[in-house]
Amino acid sequence: MAGTGKAHLRDQGDVLLRVEDLVVEFPVGRTGLKVNAVSGISLDVLRGETLGVVGESGCGKSTTGRAIMQLPRPTSGSVIFEGRQLTEMNGDDMREARTRMQMIFQDPISSLNPRRKVRDIVMEPLSIWKRGTAAEQRAKVDALLEEVGIDPLRAAESQPHQFSGGQCQRISIARSLVLDPTLIICDEPVSALDVSVQAQVLNLLEDLKAKYGLTLIFIAHDLAVVKNISDRVAVMYLGKICEVAPSDELYRAPAHHYTHVLLNSIPIPDPTLAVVKTAIEGEPPSPVLPPPGCRFHTRCPAATDVCRSEEPQLRTIRPQHFVACHHPIYGDDSIPVSMGQLSGESMP
Amino acid sequence: MSIRIQAATRETDGPLLQLEDVRTHFQTPRGLVRAVDGVSLTLERGKALGIVGESGSGKTILSRSIMGLLPPRGTIRQGSIRFEGREISGLSRRAMRDVWGREMAMIFQDPMTSLNPLMKIGAQIAEPLRLHLDMSKALAWQTAERLMQDVRIPAPGRRLHQYPHEMSGGMRQRIMIAIAMACGPALLLADEPTTALDVTVQAQILDLLGEQRRDRNMSLLLVTHDLGVVAGHTDDIGVMYGGKLVEMAPTPVLFANMKMPYTEALLQSIPKIADPSHTRLNVIAGRPPDLVNPPKGCRFSPRCPYVQERCIEEEPPLIPTVEDPRHTYACWYPVGSPEYVETKERRRREAEVAA
Repeated sequence: MAGTGKAHLRDQGDVLLRVEDLVVEFPVGRTGLKVNAVSGISLDVLRGETLGVVGESGCGKSTTGRAIMQLPRPTSGSVIFEGRQLTEMNGDDMREARTRMQMIFQDPISSLNPRRKVRDIVMEPLSIWKRGTAAEQRAKVDALLEEVGIDPLRAAESQPHQFSGGQCQRISIARSLVLDPTLIICDEPVSALDVSVQAQVLNLLEDLKAKYGLTLIFIAHDLAVVKNISDRVAVMYLGKICEVAPSDELYRAPAHHYTHVLLNSIPIPDPTLAVVKTAIEGEPPSPVLPPPGCRFHTRCPAATDVCRSEEPQLRTIRPQHFVACHHPIYGDDSIPVSMGQLSGESMP
Repeated sequence: MSIRIQAATRETDGPLLQLEDVRTHFQTPRGLVRAVDGVSLTLERGKALGIVGESGSGKTILSRSIMGLLPPRGTIRQGSIRFEGREISGLSRRAMRDVWGREMAMIFQDPMTSLNPLMKIGAQIAEPLRLHLDMSKALAWQTAERLMQDVRIPAPGRRLHQYPHEMSGGMRQRIMIAIAMACGPALLLADEPTTALDVTVQAQILDLLGEQRRDRNMSLLLVTHDLGVVAGHTDDIGVMYGGKLVEMAPTPVLFANMKMPYTEALLQSIPKIADPSHTRLNVIAGRPPDLVNPPKGCRFSPRCPYVQERCIEEEPPLIPTVEDPRHTYACWYPVGSPEYVETKERRRREAEVAA
């Protein structure tokens, strides 16, 4: 896995965002070494689509989200948003472009200024861009706060610490929507929340997406959460994309060994299902010295010599389903029977 | 000195741990926080008990109350905690030192901050052995190496001389487990041991805990927010809400026959990998209760979709189900009761009308 390649990019349809050969590297002190956070990935998102990006810590999923926002600018590669190349934009144009693409972060409490009133936090983008009169701005902010389930009167006089984590995430969402963006990049937006609150926020994101015609990139480590909200899912490992497929298809019939392992590692809240033995040993290698060939070969049950030397490219195995693996679990033909059970069809 | 032999020579009569009406309250400027408010439970030898709850449910404070790891100031403790028949809830920190390590040990959520960054791994595993079991330095380090083998750390001889920053999160949690196991405790308390870890590593650590528990006939109290984690790795589950146990049962019984609407709602609010994408999630409205001013009746009543008059006024006791005396719940109108069914039906009709 761990492939480059662009077989999964689409030419048809209303492509809102197209990322090609994105590379992000960070220097390691003065050692001359570098962290290969993202190593040549390509992605596209259609208008109105939700793309899920899933992977373990250190796989580069957050870095990808930030590199799309040009925070910081990627080492190389192209990011085309609404038909414009972001990587070559100057500062002013980029600032303007960011009003159309917004981000929500993992820790809702620390992403809000603790010393300001909540309503002012949500209004700030409007005042910076001088959108409308003060009264219009206030009306818009209050309507949005109402929409995300925050009492505008309370927001006018309270600071973030007076709200719970779930409420702060709602406030962050309201702030991200205030400039009418088209794209929202959500970086682990629910992983700091309790499960009962997590469900509220996920439902809210779905509602807002439908109402405002938003396009989402949803980055998370929780596979069940990603499946719930996404139309299409990209699985990342050590800075590379392993597999891209429509959400239901990916979970029903994963073709990449890593996707399969990830799905099997999820603890299922049902004791009647036999506990699957640990499907994989070890932990992801360091992104400072990633393994040659397929980056997953050190932990892959199906690895052979070719995996150690040659990097697999993303290729089509079924319509809309792409995998970067020399020995995928199944090829272009039908799925072996045993896979149904492994991939979750037998779950209630 | 063999660790396994020590574990096997324990007395084996009676339950290992018995809690009776345990209350842990904290004095704060806002008022008295009733973090744990009347919890009774029994843990048998060699068994694994999962304590499930959301943040603020009191699950962590419960485990710290058992371990005796509470701030000395402003803490009010009541009730009885009996360990191997001996009352330990009133013991001083000094007296608890004899209990820690040899009798019970604890591992925490964050393996990054639980280890001393300035001490070699070997010294950290050897420390409890020297302190509690009076081992010589050489023997303690030798034992440390074997413990690292037990928790499947590759090349333990070399790793002994490394520092925590040279290890990954999963490796550090393995080290924490090795330290906790070092003196052969009868009870291991694990507070969200896998929450900070990746999903593939989480599976490895949970398997390791299960294996160590069986090998050493050790009991495990697994505190977590994740119903998926407890489903596959415990014998019994207790569900906490607002400082109280609201339902408790053997794991298969609980999942097959949930009585408390909160337990049911909690399970239903988790996105399931088997559901198609964009499945609408069931939510629990509102948020957990304020433990300074908890609701008067049932603590879940302000959020419960099946709430009746009585729930608001009167607190339900923890009572056994008709089907299974080991299954207890605290609810006036449990899942399946006529009132529950009627309310559920009414809500369904209302939703249809609204649609």
